[in-house]
Amino acid sequence: MGSSEDLLQRGLEEIAQAGDLAELDAVRLKYLGKKGAVTEALKGLGKLPEDERKLTAQGLNVARDGLNAALASRRVALEEEALQEALDISAVDVTLPGRGQRKGGLHPVTLAMTRIEQIFASAGFEVAEGPEIEDDYHNFEALNIPSHHPARAMHDTFYFPDGRLLRTHTSPVQIRVMQGAKPPFRIIAPGRVYRCDYDQTHSPMFHQVEGLLIDTHVTMADLKGVLHEFLRQFFEQSGLQVRFRPSYFPFTEPSAEVDIKLASAHGVSDWLEVLGCGMVHPNVLANVGIDSEVYQGFAFGLGVERLAMLRYGVNDLRLFYDNDLQFLRQFA
Amino acid sequence: MKYSVEWLRDWVDVPWDSAALAERLTMAGLEVDAIELVAESCPAIVARIAAVRAHPQADSLRLCTVDLGPRGELEVVCGAPNARVGLLAPFVPVGSVLPDGRRIEAADIRGVRSMGMLCSAAELALGDDAGGLLELDDTAVPGASLTDTMKLDDTVVELGLTPNRGDCLSLLGLAREVAALAGRPPPAPSVPAVAAADTMLPAVTLHVPEACSRYAGRVIRQVDVSRPAPLWMRERLRRCGVRSISAVVDITNYVMLELGQPMHAFDLAATQGDIHVRWARDGEALELLDGTTLTLPADALVIANAQVPLALAGVMGGLASGVGDATRDILLESACFEPIALSRTARRHGLHTDASHRFERGVDPDGQRRAIERATALVLACCGGVAGPVNDVIATNHRPSRAAIGFRPRRVPEVLGIDPGPAVVQGCFERLGMAVAAHGEDWQVQPPSWRTDLGREIDLVEEVARLVGYAAIPETMPRGALKIGVRAPAVSLGRARDTLVAHGYFEAVTFSFIPESAHQAFSPETPTIALSNPIASDMSVMRPSLLPGLLAAARFNRNRQQHDVRLFEHGLIFVRQDNELIQKNQLAGVVVGRVVPPQWSMAAAEADFFDLKQELGLLLAALGCRELRFEAATHPAFHPRQYARVMHGDRCVATLGSLHPKTLRIMDLQGNALGFEIAWDALGAPAVPAFQPLSRFPSVRRDLALIVAESVAAQAVLDCVSGACGEALRDLQLFDVYRGQGIDSGKKSLALGLIFQSASSTLTDTEIDVMVAGVVEAVGRDLNGVLRT
Repeated sequence: MGSSEDLLQRGLEEIAQAGDLAELDAVRLKYLGKKGAVTEALKGLGKLPEDERKLTAQGLNVARDGLNAALASRRVALEEEALQEALDISAVDVTLPGRGQRKGGLHPVTLAMTRIEQIFASAGFEVAEGPEIEDDYHNFEALNIPSHHPARAMHDTFYFPDGRLLRTHTSPVQIRVMQGAKPPFRIIAPGRVYRCDYDQTHSPMFHQVEGLLIDTHVTMADLKGVLHEFLRQFFEQSGLQVRFRPSYFPFTEPSAEVDIKLASAHGVSDWLEVLGCGMVHPNVLANVGIDSEVYQGFAFGLGVERLAMLRYGVNDLRLFYDNDLQFLRQFA
Repeated sequence: MKYSVEWLRDWVDVPWDSAALAERLTMAGLEVDAIELVAESCPAIVARIAAVRAHPQADSLRLCTVDLGPRGELEVVCGAPNARVGLLAPFVPVGSVLPDGRRIEAADIRGVRSMGMLCSAAELALGDDAGGLLELDDTAVPGASLTDTMKLDDTVVELGLTPNRGDCLSLLGLAREVAALAGRPPPAPSVPAVAAADTMLPAVTLHVPEACSRYAGRVIRQVDVSRPAPLWMRERLRRCGVRSISAVVDITNYVMLELGQPMHAFDLAATQGDIHVRWARDGEALELLDGTTLTLPADALVIANAQVPLALAGVMGGLASGVGDATRDILLESACFEPIALSRTARRHGLHTDASHRFERGVDPDGQRRAIERATALVLACCGGVAGPVNDVIATNHRPSRAAIGFRPRRVPEVLGIDPGPAVVQGCFERLGMAVAAHGEDWQVQPPSWRTDLGREIDLVEEVARLVGYAAIPETMPRGALKIGVRAPAVSLGRARDTLVAHGYFEAVTFSFIPESAHQAFSPETPTIALSNPIASDMSVMRPSLLPGLLAAARFNRNRQQHDVRLFEHGLIFVRQDNELIQKNQLAGVVVGRVVPPQWSMAAAEADFFDLKQELGLLLAALGCRELRFEAATHPAFHPRQYARVMHGDRCVATLGSLHPKTLRIMDLQGNALGFEIAWDALGAPAVPAFQPLSRFPSVRRDLALIVAESVAAQAVLDCVSGACGEALRDLQLFDVYRGQGIDSGKKSLALGLIFQSASSTLTDTEIDVMVAGVVEAVGRDLNGVLRT
């Protein structure tokens, strides 16, 4: 048995050499356990003469504290090493695909429609809906299109044997909204519409968003302002060129068609027709019991597929209804 | 309609080139669909055939000496049957190029030198006629360019006119519009009356003055119908897209294009000089000019002689009464028919003619006399003959009322948001041929007879907008009271869509009409809602379910190497119940193929009922349906043992299941398919979550395995356990179903985890033992089940 300095020295060496937690614990027992060398030496202090005892005790306390500190730090180091080893073993290839379901996606018509709704919602337009199987009154008569009117020929209507029809536009929702309430009105009516026509540029079913604003002091200048701002926002082109061109719809007067010139990487397009609009015809207001001397306003109809085709560059209308996953994935 | 700009310039001074004209018209509401040149630099000159000799080597060819005026004479070989001495025809000299790219060279044709080419209309791209040389009018000058002679330096403008602008379906009408836009004096058609040289006055009786308020008839005798109309007239017709038929018919068409008044010419013999405008007698037959025979309904307006109908008024003439080769005397008709009477008949029989197109849009009620005088003069000039007097019968009481329109100038700024001032407004009206009596705020504006579309104040406001130009109207934002929307949707479609997308579904848009066979598969108990005029037989009935469309879309993708397809759609379905038509919103989805796409870290099983059940449950939970119960049910399109109704409270909110193999066969789909449908309108507003105080006491879990007969539904066991435990049961989980060793056949073992927790105390083992014993007793009593030990 050596001096306390020897004990400390040897103990520190053995602690440093301990390769794992078990070996470290053996070292601890060897020096500081119940029968450890330092413990035994401390027990033997009583047998020493008084003058030696104090000095020896001091040396042993220093050795014990030194060994405890070394054990603790060595333990931390060994634990860290062991954790690191375990982590290394569980390495993954982060480039392997994840597990579970792949994502789906929304239809581009929905994407465009949602975009339209959000833009108009920000100006306080509320969403209204109506039936797709309509009656002649709401689809035509109330909209100032009597039965002999040549405009009916422009509509290529699907009929049912009982005289009902598939709505040819979302405009009948205007009538249904105004019939049931009092002005002012600020609504949009998105939905499916039907025309008896089917080729590369015509589908027997497509989507429109109808807009209606009726109030006491609404002018055609307001119509131009609202639609120009809508188109700028929809296409995200602040410098979008827009023109309003006189046209004819029986349910609006004056009426306009709106053309835009769209900028792209390939340059600026020719004029592209995107929507029809106008000031609501006094006959329409009279049909729903609104005094056109007090109230007036505007209405518009957007072709959703048309806007989606322009925004996403889709070149064939029929793709919207094939539901080909190759097509749908491009909008996910 | 197509318009020759050269013809238009006869009527009005057009201060623009064709492109600028097109732009101005489009921006005035007369949309230009196309602009075409009549001929691109025609190389031909006028030749007079001075001599014709036989070709020495070929019977079918002849040698012509052509006189080119100052350019001298040349010898050409010609095969045209109408080559004859004195004929004026187009000639293309050596070195020139025909429109089809052929270069004309000096050539030896069967041993004879030919120094150019005499041309047909087709060879010069001036029509389809390739049967002989284009015969020029006698006024053509040999040696002159054909471009000058035929005014080929012309543009054709095609307008897509809106139905309100019937007045522009003529050169005269377009000229008026151009004059108004350009600020030029309006065209003043002066058509001198042709004096009668004969006394025969046709008898005209208007039996239905409300449908025909004016009918002008005139007899012209001893007409030579064998002569063709002059080339200039045929050429103008051609440029406007009208085929040349015969001189008399060409003249009626020419006058219609020029003045907008449809005309008809009868063989006088067929009319017997006696015209009756009347309703058809039910069942009367009429063979039309196009060869079809109509059996006329009683509401068809006809022109008849004393006995039989001769023509369908304003739509088409009859074959028997038309002008033919044997016709000597004709009766010209220039009438005003009401749109309503005419469009009904035309549409019912699918007839759409240049005449009916104009009458449906309204012709100038004052234009009949002018047109008949114009046509008479042209007939006499082209075909000779002796004109009688005009019998212009007018039902005065039934003339369209042309009262002046009351107009308040303040309405212009009120509607348009721009105030051009009363002087400009008045100027607009006057340019359009309206008479204005302006007194402060109360104007009286008299529209011209040809603007049948102008009837009220707003029509006049629109005219102001058109003439000042929509571009002049500023852009402003409307002012209105702010309002907080009341119609927040109860159930969020956006949330449903996002949830489904997160589960791998793609949104589809399918047609609302399906084949009848699909209706029979999905809704055999309800009557079909069939279209009267479907576009195709597989798009003939309205869908009673969204699933047929989705399954067809799945098939479309399966046929394109896509094994795993998940699609959903939101939209209306259409059902007839108790003779009432119901249109309601549904949200439906289909799954074919595997649960998840094949992947390296997971086995990829085909999706089954329980995959769909979980997804549907999560979706409905996202929509606020938290307490769902699934009940076995049947549906003809689904697997009889794998179909369920999903109940939320007492409402069925959805259904789901595996499709029946027979359905898949009808839908032509291989493998398995699953489908769900949510009755969107039945979902109702989600309940507001009601807070429960949190328990401070620990929860305890006990697991039990209960053996019951196969026929006992898991839901029955869960209900029984819940009922036996009462409030202390916080959660109940079914975590295993076992069949096999240790369990009698015909039975199954369900492993349940019961989680107990009290709101007011820590539950003791004894309390829990009592509850578990109660569970075992209840299961034994109610379901004949036992605890597995």
